[in-house]
Amino acid sequence: MQFGRVVGTVWATQKDAKLENLKFLLVEELDARNESRDAFTVAIDAVGAGPGETVLFATGSAARQTIQTDGRPADAVIMAIVDSWDLDGDVVFRKDAEGD
Amino acid sequence: MFLARVIGRVVSTRKLAGLEGVPLLVVERVDDQLQPTGETLVAVDGIGSGPDDLVMLEEGREAALSLEETFVAVDAAIVGHVEQVASTAIANPATTRRTR
Repeated sequence: MQFGRVVGTVWATQKDAKLENLKFLLVEELDARNESRDAFTVAIDAVGAGPGETVLFATGSAARQTIQTDGRPADAVIMAIVDSWDLDGDVVFRKDAEGD
Repeated sequence: MFLARVIGRVVSTRKLAGLEGVPLLVVERVDDQLQPTGETLVAVDGIGSGPDDLVMLEEGREAALSLEETFVAVDAAIVGHVEQVASTAIANPATTRRTR
């Protein structure tokens, strides 16, 4: 999985019928130092992520392994909301500290 | 599968149900000389890895098969601890100490 930050929501009324009733969030990809990778992914939300939240998202066919995306054309899904993470014991990100 | 080193840990309380109690570790791929490549990702850990462990990493949908709950959207999993690597490709064979 990769780290990401929810930076937007995507609406598409005209779309593949199998993608009905799904929430599409625009996710800015982050590296392990909490720096932007200057890349964006549209990911289906499976855990109720909100704007500004830091998340983990899975890609590829693994993304279909949730109730919401099973059997649907999905290749990226938000599967966790991050509270914090550390590298070698040093906290790189903590949810409250970032004013989320 | 890839070789990687455990460099951090993620805390996430709001995540897919199948991930309750499953550690999420930050890992960094290593090259053929077992040196860090700077490429990081987050993997589930079903076998109890510790900081700095050299591990075998499974990617793609198969990663979920390493967990008890196999229908879960994860695309990377630690599936083995590496004690030793001996290879003609490696200048000095690494004997990694197991932290436990």
